Amino acid sequence: MALLQISEPGQAPDPHQRRIAVGIDLGTTHSLVAAVRNGVAECLPDDQGRVLLPSAVRYLDGDRRQIGFEALAARAEDPANTITSVKRLMGRGLADIANRESMSYRIGGDEGGMVKVQTSVGEKSPVEISAEILATLRFRAEDTFDDELYGAVITVPAYFDEGQRQATKDAAQLAGLNVLRLISEPTAAAIAYGLDNASEGVYAVYDLGGGTFDISILRLTQGVFEVIATGGDSALGGDDYDHALADFVLAQTDVKVGNDSDKAAVLVAARAAKEALTDSDAVVFHADVAGNAARFDLTRAHFDAATKPLTDKTVAAVRKALRDAKLKADDLQGIVLVGGSTRMPQIREAVAAFFGREPLVNLNPDEVVALGASIQANQLAGNNGAGDLLLLDVIPLSLGIETMGGLVERIVPRNQTIPTAMAQDFTTYQDGQTALALHVVQGERDLVSDCRSLARFTLRGIPPMAAGAARIRVTFTVDADGLLSVSAKEQGSGVEASVAVKPSYGLSDDQIATMLQESFSTAQQDMQARALVEARVDADRMLLATQSALDADGDLLNEDERAIIDAAMSALREAAKDSSEAAAIEAATKTLANDTEAFAAQRMNAGIARALAGRKVESL
Amino acid sequence: MCWRFFLAMNLNDTDFQLFAVPATFAQDRAALDARWKELQREAHPDRFAAQGAAAQRVAMQWSVRINEAYQRLKDPIRRASYICELHDAPLNAENNTAMPPDFLMQQMEWREALDDASDIGAVEKLQAEVDAGRARALSSLDWLIDEKGDYPAAAQQVRALMFIERFGQDVEAKFDQLGQ
Repeated sequence: MALLQISEPGQAPDPHQRRIAVGIDLGTTHSLVAAVRNGVAECLPDDQGRVLLPSAVRYLDGDRRQIGFEALAARAEDPANTITSVKRLMGRGLADIANRESMSYRIGGDEGGMVKVQTSVGEKSPVEISAEILATLRFRAEDTFDDELYGAVITVPAYFDEGQRQATKDAAQLAGLNVLRLISEPTAAAIAYGLDNASEGVYAVYDLGGGTFDISILRLTQGVFEVIATGGDSALGGDDYDHALADFVLAQTDVKVGNDSDKAAVLVAARAAKEALTDSDAVVFHADVAGNAARFDLTRAHFDAATKPLTDKTVAAVRKALRDAKLKADDLQGIVLVGGSTRMPQIREAVAAFFGREPLVNLNPDEVVALGASIQANQLAGNNGAGDLLLLDVIPLSLGIETMGGLVERIVPRNQTIPTAMAQDFTTYQDGQTALALHVVQGERDLVSDCRSLARFTLRGIPPMAAGAARIRVTFTVDADGLLSVSAKEQGSGVEASVAVKPSYGLSDDQIATMLQESFSTAQQDMQARALVEARVDADRMLLATQSALDADGDLLNEDERAIIDAAMSALREAAKDSSEAAAIEAATKTLANDTEAFAAQRMNAGIARALAGRKVESL
Repeated sequence: MCWRFFLAMNLNDTDFQLFAVPATFAQDRAALDARWKELQREAHPDRFAAQGAAAQRVAMQWSVRINEAYQRLKDPIRRASYICELHDAPLNAENNTAMPPDFLMQQMEWREALDDASDIGAVEKLQAEVDAGRARALSSLDWLIDEKGDYPAAAQQVRALMFIERFGQDVEAKFDQLGQ
């Protein structure tokens, strides 16, 4: 259908070179997808022109589901099978979930570390439910561009821990998305704001969403977004204001809620009252509970008083983040408000009172995170040349291991810039000890029992030595997505063990593969056709990357090495052209990837070393 | 001198070589910050996000190395201790806790004063003393390393600074405790 191709200066005119990359804000209350089109970031609407997708999934009989507005509309009618606010369950065990009794659907066991939702069509993991939402947004983007997506940047609350981040990445993978990067929500908002206002200096981003609260302090200099400190609460958001308001009204009236429908009705009414109180000082609270109409004349003062402990909690987190950043409120250039819940007047007042100035609100607080993520996605996909945007983010919570007596030895302190690798030496405490059990934890407290357990693994085969003679170096590596892997090595013997921190909270790769095969909301789509298209896109991507690598640095290879790569390339080209089997194309892509691995590493190393040396010339 | 401009960087270069700054204790913090960002612009994995797993791994190695060097260079205590190590005068802070008697006396006086402090004013006074003590120790480090080149003496001074830092943290905690 492309009759005319108009391209902006500096943009690739060839559609195969311009990769479609999106930013996705996977929110507690609603989710959005955005992309950079013609140089401008914009949220993509659905076929009815709506950009917000309610984060609600309803499971129906016969492998059907409803997602978004349809699901939300059925919430009061079918509470047990309509899951909202699933983000609060991501990477969480039963003990972590507050307000469990006031939820309108059933939460089940947490084998493997994460809770499940019990629906009439069986148990659903929060990862699967989130994948439904992500897949819906993916199809929306693919329909908009009438093309496959190259990849996505997904946002997570800055204060999400390892388990929550890994669960988010698993959900994206399950939805068939190529995750270019996980970035934190306040940082994404800062990108949208910073680029919009050409700002320089230190800013605070106060992000109160539906279920999470983040505060980030960032320094902006010439396109570099450096996070100095971050804090928050990954279980505090607008939902809690709904619950507090509902509890207040129930305590003031003598209405008793009986079943899940009543709970859902009261929460829906509380949310409506909360939203109405943004623009008016008084509103009538109205809900049909147990066959009776519950009414209450509610003022903004009631609401402020009922939720003050929540607002105070956010201000305490702001104070702590400033202290971590070694800054005072006066040092900041501005405060940015993000997240739909910052529309509540008491939040604006509390933030203005703390910082002694009015916060910035000139971008839509619902959209700003997705917009920022899309700008980063566009750059990561390579559409923006070398780009002038650089994110230097931090880990929100300290990482450590358990030592004798149930104490935590911190290895990576919070607010450390990622990627990072940090090591510490440990030793054995018994004569002849040949194994060392390592327990990886995350959190700020000194006792292991007060921190989140992330993984356990054992270093075996240490040669028998006297107690204290072995030298075991434990290295924590946190990648640019904020995901952790841990390795341990006995320095004398070279015995090694390592673990990617995933098992306790994430899904194993096998589980994901199984889930992918059970076609979820893609049931109507022709999965095989889709898989074939995806395999061809991947093959194309790999061939292009290899060709440009050969053009640039082919001279690093000797004849034999070159011949192997050439052969793998032509095999892949043929497979992509002739084969109608996704698996055959995937296998050929994999072969080429394996055959070019050493070349890629060599080139990268040479490239970076050259670039850094070049920098040296400039700065001398 | 042109030859050295063509040499590529190496992961094993010292922090000072990597950042192309003089291997001295005195450093210009603004220059370190700017240099850190310049280097990350070249090496950060985000720059290679579209280039596959091998590229990501190598970029991550460099990016991690640059962050490590930056953390060490920007913190005066870690920087001094790194310089001492490079000159074969390692700190051995765990095994070597011997300090001069007058230093230990002062530490004890400070600790007693902190225990007795019951109001913000008293803690603030103590904090001012700690800040002055830290400033004195840092300027003596500057002299020991950059002027005299006496690394064993510098290592001793770094160990003293570590005591002062730890006490400084306790002072901070006392502020928290008194509700400041």
